[in-house]
Amino acid sequence: MDEQQTAAIVGRGNDQGARLFREWFEGLGETAEREDPAAYVFVMGSMAELLRVFDLPMVFPEINSLQTAVRRVAHEYLNEAEDYGYSTDICGYVKADVAVQLRGGAHPMGRIPRPAMAVLTNACNTYIKWAEIWERMYQVPVFTLDIPGTRAVSTQTWPGDRDFENDRAYVSAQIKELIALCERVTGKKFDIDKLRESMAHANTMSRGLKRVLELNRSRPSLFNAVTDGTIYLGVSNAFRGAEKGARYFDNLVEEMEFKAAHGIGTLTDEKYRLIFVGVPCYPIFRRFNELFTEWGGTFVNSTYLWFAAGGANSGFEYDLNRPLESLAEGTLISVRDAMDSMFYQDQVLARMIDPFHVDGVVYHPIKSCRTVSTGLADNRRALMASRDIASLFIESDMMDRRVVSEAQLKNRVDAFFEGLASRRITATQIV
Amino acid sequence: MSYAAGVDVGSTQTKAVIIDGSLTIVGRALIDTGANVVAAAEKAFAEALASGGILEPEVDYVVGTGYGRYRVNFGNTQVTEISCHGRGAVRMFPRTRTVVDMGGQDTKAIRVSAAGEVLDFCMNDKCAAGTGRFLGAASAALDIPLSELGRVALKAERPVRISTTCTVFAESEILSWLGKGKKIEDILAGVHQSIAARSIGLLRRVGIQEEVTFTGGVARNIGMIEALNRGLGLNVNVSEESHFMGALGAALFALDHIEASRTPVLKEAVI
Repeated sequence: MDEQQTAAIVGRGNDQGARLFREWFEGLGETAEREDPAAYVFVMGSMAELLRVFDLPMVFPEINSLQTAVRRVAHEYLNEAEDYGYSTDICGYVKADVAVQLRGGAHPMGRIPRPAMAVLTNACNTYIKWAEIWERMYQVPVFTLDIPGTRAVSTQTWPGDRDFENDRAYVSAQIKELIALCERVTGKKFDIDKLRESMAHANTMSRGLKRVLELNRSRPSLFNAVTDGTIYLGVSNAFRGAEKGARYFDNLVEEMEFKAAHGIGTLTDEKYRLIFVGVPCYPIFRRFNELFTEWGGTFVNSTYLWFAAGGANSGFEYDLNRPLESLAEGTLISVRDAMDSMFYQDQVLARMIDPFHVDGVVYHPIKSCRTVSTGLADNRRALMASRDIASLFIESDMMDRRVVSEAQLKNRVDAFFEGLASRRITATQIV
Repeated sequence: MSYAAGVDVGSTQTKAVIIDGSLTIVGRALIDTGANVVAAAEKAFAEALASGGILEPEVDYVVGTGYGRYRVNFGNTQVTEISCHGRGAVRMFPRTRTVVDMGGQDTKAIRVSAAGEVLDFCMNDKCAAGTGRFLGAASAALDIPLSELGRVALKAERPVRISTTCTVFAESEILSWLGKGKKIEDILAGVHQSIAARSIGLLRRVGIQEEVTFTGGVARNIGMIEALNRGLGLNVNVSEESHFMGALGAALFALDHIEASRTPVLKEAVI
């Protein structure tokens, strides 16, 4: 193995991801300074491909909020929103964003521009209430894209099915309304060739994300789905439909294929392979992961990389010959998949155990997000009933360090690994 | 003679147990943890040695457990109290499949295999409701020694319903029942039932499989045993060593290490 080549490739995805994000926040700051219009969007159904046609800079309030936690200042923002009247039980992302707005866009990564419009889906109930805040605060139009979800477990319909075609027509009609709104807000005409261009970049990114996730079946695993994966996820969302995003994922696939070919793992001594279910504990993001890596545990996959990618992980690729129809189809399938990742995950997880060589599943419900956390206990029971797999159920929060107890988390994590060690010993003795 | 030791540094009390190769407890000690966790571990270990007439060099391996396990500086390794209570309970009651451990600040429900391995577990959240601390609040509010609470509660005829789940507010709720003229035994029975109900909730999360063994300091409280038995509709196992179950489990893990060191192939096969 060429050492120079290794040094140039390994870790590139993390470095480039960090650089892209710094640039992205700088760009938002410049937009704010110029007072240019920006679109507020969410990770589950951002409609980035379409918004790029109108050169609308996108603001992801979820990403802004989690960054306050990673930078260990979330409590300042949460306290400010609570002083304003929000309950401690409300979504921490919403509260941090409210505080950012109350501060005129002041954020630890730079200044966040005000919204000229907001686009959201029904993938999260809180999105709807959240956008209402901006609507009232700034008197800007809010567009809610209503995506038909899965009616019951394992009943997803696909192109050609009557129900699917009805759903696609419904989404398609809404997208046409959204185009008209974008034209009104920006004063620019819709350009279908520009849409094709951003859809082509999105195709590259979806294909890349899917491939990267699949490659982590490798032993040892190539990346940590919670720490490294969150960087890839950020690029997938913020740069969706952009040339930079497409190039990033091409490079990332190359890096992961190189690591797989040369057996370069994320841990020097990988002992336990885990799946993470839920949202990361951002207030102690690195430390949380260390609780697992100290035992030789690494996360080979994460449901967060599914739903928070807006379903991009499923690898749906648009048909550029019929862009508008395909955009509706892709939006329907991807956002539906994101919702299913939160609600019907036990069967998917059960199917992943063997190909990903999984030793255990870590459920991490969080206090301030009921959308993600409701049903996790039931999902865990269902998974344990269907497969003999160790699992851990630990609770903290994505934003609020007041409900994060590192000592208690460590105790539970340590006990989980002690159980994994015992299982392994018993399995060895049986063999 | 070679001995193994377990030191369980709990939030309220520190326990130490020394066992010999036949798994017999030959020394034990129980002291208040206090503010100096390191000193508490050292003192409990020294007292356990003294109680068994054992010299420190005769102890080949020490496992620390409990929330202060990483402060057992003289220990060889650490194992969580979750694994230790499971192991200890199965040692004392081999048919144990579910353990409820009630300590000063946390309560655990643990499902174990016949070998004492932890299959699943669940603990109370950051709140101390449903733990020994809740009894401490009742003891303070009613001015009755902690050791007497269970006995008094058993005299109850019409237990009150304690609705608060907050240990801090428990005291005011107890006082409000006193203000309404309720008998102390009825209030105390309500306190015990409230704690038992929360513990049973944890047990249900891991799945209640018989036999159920009750461990931890609160297992010395006869009123709590009765409340659990009623709530569960079965008789929980309670050992005279219940308070030492975590330390005993730790000592058993220590013995594993001693035995594994004599069998090189097993060296990696212990936690």
